[in-house]
Amino acid sequence: MNGNGNACKVGSAQVEVRNVTRVFRIPGQPPVFALKDCTLTVEQGKLTVLVGPSGCGKTTLASILAGYDTPDAGQATINGQAIKGPGPDRMMVFQETALWPWMTVMKNTTFGPTMSRRLARGEAEGRAMGLLNKVGLQDFKDKYPAQLSGGMQRRAELCRALVNDPAVMILDEPFRGLDVMTRELMQEYLVKLYEDTGMTMLFITAEIEEALFLADRILVMTNLPGTVKKCVEVDLPRPRDFKVLASQRYLEIRSEVMEALYEEGAKSFGKLDVFDFPGACAPAATQD
Amino acid sequence: MQTALILIALAALILGAMAWRIHKQAKLYEVGFGRQLVNTLSSRSFQLTLAGFVIFVGLWYVTVSLLKLPWFNRLPGPVEVVSEWLSPAPVFGISIYTKDYYTHIFYSTYRATAAFLLATLLGIPFGLLMGWNKKFYDYSLPLVELIRPIPPLAWVPLAILVLPGSEPAVIFVTFLVAFFVTTLNTLLGVESIDENYFRAAKCLGASNKDILFDVVVPGALPYIFTGLQISMGASWFSLVAGEMIAAQYGLGFLIWDSYSVIAYPVIFIGMATLGIIGWASSALVRVVGRRLMAWREAELSGSARVEV
Repeated sequence: MNGNGNACKVGSAQVEVRNVTRVFRIPGQPPVFALKDCTLTVEQGKLTVLVGPSGCGKTTLASILAGYDTPDAGQATINGQAIKGPGPDRMMVFQETALWPWMTVMKNTTFGPTMSRRLARGEAEGRAMGLLNKVGLQDFKDKYPAQLSGGMQRRAELCRALVNDPAVMILDEPFRGLDVMTRELMQEYLVKLYEDTGMTMLFITAEIEEALFLADRILVMTNLPGTVKKCVEVDLPRPRDFKVLASQRYLEIRSEVMEALYEEGAKSFGKLDVFDFPGACAPAATQD
Repeated sequence: MQTALILIALAALILGAMAWRIHKQAKLYEVGFGRQLVNTLSSRSFQLTLAGFVIFVGLWYVTVSLLKLPWFNRLPGPVEVVSEWLSPAPVFGISIYTKDYYTHIFYSTYRATAAFLLATLLGIPFGLLMGWNKKFYDYSLPLVELIRPIPPLAWVPLAILVLPGSEPAVIFVTFLVAFFVTTLNTLLGVESIDENYFRAAKCLGASNKDILFDVVVPGALPYIFTGLQISMGASWFSLVAGEMIAAQYGLGFLIWDSYSVIAYPVIFIGMATLGIIGWASSALVRVVGRRLMAWREAELSGSARVEV
């Protein structure tokens, strides 16, 4: 399993998940293995994308890495330390926007650095301003989230996470629910932010195109019980723009990932009659 | 002379308030004051508001003064009430010129304010604690749910037995109703906060204290202020009930006393005064709430939203 799951060579691991199992038990139902014996590595300075059929496992894994949830078996570590609870070394960006509506964009962004008293307010605001500039929000720093469009809210959220300079960013389908054009724009922003900072990122998505455009490395996740099935190196050139979508290499990698995914997609349909209620797998995933 | 002065002062107050509102709207829509005045006066909603008042007073006049319907034959008509209210020499001793009128208003306002402030001071922390601490929630919710449905008037005998004198008793009864409204709305406010807001705060390294003041309190604020508005209204109605039973002053006492001594126009004066003060106090709470929640205005007015 391990050899199969991590077909990619591992350099210096930042986040490691080793044989993690997470079971959800609901009275009167068979236990649901959201994650079973799941092993994966997020390498330092790389943008790793986790792709899997929609539904289960991915968000559970994100919750475990963020420290909101604990595995029933196995271990998740960051820089060799076991993950115990949430902390500012791992920044989460959620599926739904979690900007606090009662704070302005600037207050939202500087919340992390001023909370943990790592930076003085002025310094935090300076750093936040730099990031807001990068994503084109400099003129909206004193606006409330409700005054921004969906795409702007997502960008503000990216800034709020990035300003903390975390060891790793965990983005759980952050662009879901945005329209196609905004989504593409957001992907470009993210690629640019990643290429500028070289920050370790784990990006979770159900869309292959998104995964291919962003990733250094794609991990394909199997359906329930969730585990990493295949690792694909994405050796498309950086800095990346939408021209890569037309390259031969892109199509090759795409079909490789598709193949692995379609197998999983078919399996997931076969299982529908067993888990015929939505969100059976993960309370953590159904909360939002 | 005195009559004219007081009437002029009243008219100036009402016109001033209207002018201020129109001034604000003129700024919002970026038009001149005159233009906005014409717009407001010719707006459908203003006309309907005016029509509502005219129909109400008209019905009162027609049924009581004109047709003298048998059910209503002991009631004063609007003209009688208003002329008594504004009379320098009132037949029944209560008008805007008499000291007694203001004494009653003062006592009621003082009691309602004291009860409301006490309820706010205790109710908000109590509600926050219930929403914040599962153990405290389990201790207190069943008790609150059992005590809350007991009507305020049922508390009056107990309050008089325990508390020294009728004054604290009336305030206590008023406080009780306002307290439950504030507590439960605050609890609802805390419960309404999106789980993601807590997660994000924890992820960003916030301590429990930070979460309380930066997430729980502001997140619950919209519900808290809805609660405070209801609590303000509730204060007034339980106050009046309390005053009717156990007080020597106050608008509730005035209304009940006027009924006993057959001073019927005074009942109406007392009721109308309660309406005006009740409305003004709720409006005050609303204004304070708006001041504290600028972000909410942004959320509610969709037009402020900008696109990518």
